[in-house]
Amino acid sequence: MVDADELRTRVRRFLSEHDPAGTDRLDFLRARFDAGLAWVHYPVGLGGIDAPRALQTVVDEEFAATGAPDNDPLTNTIGLGMAAPTILGHGTEEQRRRFLRPLWTGEETWCQLFSEPGAGSDLAALSTRAVREGDEWVLDGQKVWTSLAHTARWAILVARTAPGAPKHKGLTYFLCDMTDPGVEVRPLRQITGEAEFNEVFLSGARIPDSQRLGEVGQGWRIAMDTLMNERVAIGGGNTAREQGMIGIVSETWRQRPELRTPGLHERLLRLWVESEAARVTSERLRQQLVAGQPGPEGSAAKLAFARLNQLISGFELELLSQQGLSYDDWSLRRPDSTELTSRSPGYRYLRAKGNSIEGGTSEILRNIIAERVLGLPAEPRTDKDVPWKELPR
Amino acid sequence: MSSPNLLYGEVEQELRDSVRSLLRDRCDWTAVLARCESEHPYDRQLWSTLATDLGVTGLLVPEELGGAGAGPRELAVLAEELGSSVAPVPLLGSAVMATSALLACSEASVASEAVTTLATGSAVGTVAVPLTTAPDDPFPESVRAQDATLSGTVPTVVDLEVADKAVVPAIGEDGPGLYLLDSSAPGVTRTPITPLDLTRRIGTLELDRVPAPRVATGPRAERALHHALTTAAGVLASEQVGLAQHCLDSTVDYVRTRYQFGRAVGSFQAVKHRLADLWAGISTARAVARDAADALTGSSEEAGISVAVAQSYCCDLVVLAAEEHLQLHGGIGMTWEHPAHLYLGRAKSSQLTLGTAERHRNTIATLGALPAP
Ligand SMILES: Cc1cc2nc3c(=O)[nH]c(=O)nc-3n(C[C@H](O)[C@H](O)[C@H](O)COP(=O)(O)OP(=O)(O)OC[C@H]3O[C@@H](n4cnc5c(N)ncnc54)[C@H](O)[C@@H]3O)c2cc1C
Repeated sequence: MVDADELRTRVRRFLSEHDPAGTDRLDFLRARFDAGLAWVHYPVGLGGIDAPRALQTVVDEEFAATGAPDNDPLTNTIGLGMAAPTILGHGTEEQRRRFLRPLWTGEETWCQLFSEPGAGSDLAALSTRAVREGDEWVLDGQKVWTSLAHTARWAILVARTAPGAPKHKGLTYFLCDMTDPGVEVRPLRQITGEAEFNEVFLSGARIPDSQRLGEVGQGWRIAMDTLMNERVAIGGGNTAREQGMIGIVSETWRQRPELRTPGLHERLLRLWVESEAARVTSERLRQQLVAGQPGPEGSAAKLAFARLNQLISGFELELLSQQGLSYDDWSLRRPDSTELTSRSPGYRYLRAKGNSIEGGTSEILRNIIAERVLGLPAEPRTDKDVPWKELPR
Repeated sequence: MSSPNLLYGEVEQELRDSVRSLLRDRCDWTAVLARCESEHPYDRQLWSTLATDLGVTGLLVPEELGGAGAGPRELAVLAEELGSSVAPVPLLGSAVMATSALLACSEASVASEAVTTLATGSAVGTVAVPLTTAPDDPFPESVRAQDATLSGTVPTVVDLEVADKAVVPAIGEDGPGLYLLDSSAPGVTRTPITPLDLTRRIGTLELDRVPAPRVATGPRAERALHHALTTAAGVLASEQVGLAQHCLDSTVDYVRTRYQFGRAVGSFQAVKHRLADLWAGISTARAVARDAADALTGSSEEAGISVAVAQSYCCDLVVLAAEEHLQLHGGIGMTWEHPAHLYLGRAKSSQLTLGTAERHRNTIATLGALPAP
């Protein structure tokens, strides 16, 4: 199998043939994809070389060191973290070839049309209908909380194709063109003032059958895969000590002695320990993956990440005292990426509240850990075998 | 800085398996409970089997000194298993504290000879400091050395009643020193203290002009003691992980089979969520404890911060685990004839052992440049 040294050599060879300074950004990224140096754990021909996933950082570091352009991952987190692995896992060869390359280069970004006003945690209860007409599916319904739908070119979408079947069995997974005239995106303002997420109305939107992912009726199983990938993507990350939120407040503490109090000191140290412990836990998870012993610890990473972001961002406002009373900008902005650390402390405090809701609430994650990891009995399910159309709502 | 290895190696797994199967035969909780009220609260036979059959009492000790030539990583695995069974053996005093202190003084031949006796299990040792001493505490001053004899009193010395030897920090005319005490020498009084933790004993050591050879002096003595306490705090984190994991596993087993309201109590979400959180906490505790064990094999600065993180995390987590264990067993958990109290006593005592979370956070404040106001 390919090892780290071999990868470094490949990157250097690639760079000697493609000077990042002298090449057009997109051409450079496409060539990197074609050389299998995009996501190295993907198959040959689809941007990878079947290398261990953990070696991706080696490649990214090599490219970053030369100042090569990247694919601006923060503008396409859903594409990279969720749509791509799902298309790879469940797509036809044609779908993988059509979608993965422009997804990785960032030419086409993605959003996730899952949640609906009546179906959040209980995603399987969703009611957007997809009806087959010849080679096409016609969609009607409403999606909500759709992050970055206003910038996305494509969406992963789950819709109901069999209302007479029990709720988990009547769903089908689609890849939806956001430029279709039947798709209308309306900004939905959130507590930060901006509108990062949206309402998306589907009124007779048309999706060719060739953009169905997996079999008709398999939507739930595939959606579960997507959500697992989402949680891994959300929980993973930071490898150096004091990265992320804890680094920001630790720096403030060092720079501004006048803000220090004994009570805040105690709390800072507690948060520092918890952040460091969470970092070491992610590192252990990564090592387990490399060693081919993936553990269930991944589901805990998102829980810890949400909790810590919320605690630290709340702490930060108290630390900043008077400055903690102010806010940077309430205007209805339309951001094109989701990045907690990019704005002011007040923004961080508000935005972090979403961390325990998006991508599966912390309560749902605890259910999952209790049932799948600890083997405790499942929640009572009164709706499991009832046809969806007969469920109370 | 290369990444620490946070996993368990093959040799470590084998070590775990053999210790676990021995403990299954020899250290079930009913035996531990029966022993803790008897005349002989320590299981000396188990300790000598661990020494002679498995050779694990001298994991830190190089082979040329009669040990296994392993290191803190392996020792931490042993501690996990012994913690998981709350085994009444002098692991902490003898195989960890006294052994690390003496190894750090091993150019003194009495020290290296003593290490060999601890490694082979022919003697048991301890370090004469209060068990609450944190690695960063100032060098203890309660024992004075004068004319080559020691006098003074040290409370809450771990494993004292079974210790044949004690490493005693004392202040002499020329400053701090470490001395090697034979506990049967005249002038030594050992008084057991009725312990909260029935499975790990403490006692008061009184010394009245007891002759004892000095094995280290000055900064070397300070470094040796600091090293011993840091190693012990790091290994203790793994013991706490083992104990916490046991508490979680036995609670999960219980709530799956205990029925109330026509359902397993483990099907109630209030219960499920608490156990999910505990599981997540233990995953984290395991990662930081492995990090500390790995760091103890390397430079002392990295070890300092890793051990402080591990202790400040694990010492509170283990108490949570033991308390959840009790609460989720309901009334049965409050009965003497149930092991929950053995685990609770060990967990709570270990929280105070070798520095509380707060003490370790203060270490982090210093090492991590996060100064107090
Ligand atoms: C910032 C942000 C961005 C988002 N982006 C997207 C996106 O891009 N695409 C998308 O499809 N969705 C997105 N979402 C939606 C998100 O996935 C849902 O909000 C989430 O799944 C919860 O659903 P809900 O809002 O309907 O809450 P509900 O499911 O109604 O939950 C309400 C409360 O009840 C609790 N609860 C529900 N069921 C249970 C149970 N069985 N046990 C215990 N407690 C329970 C929940 O934890 C919560 O506290 C986003 C959400 C946020 C906040």
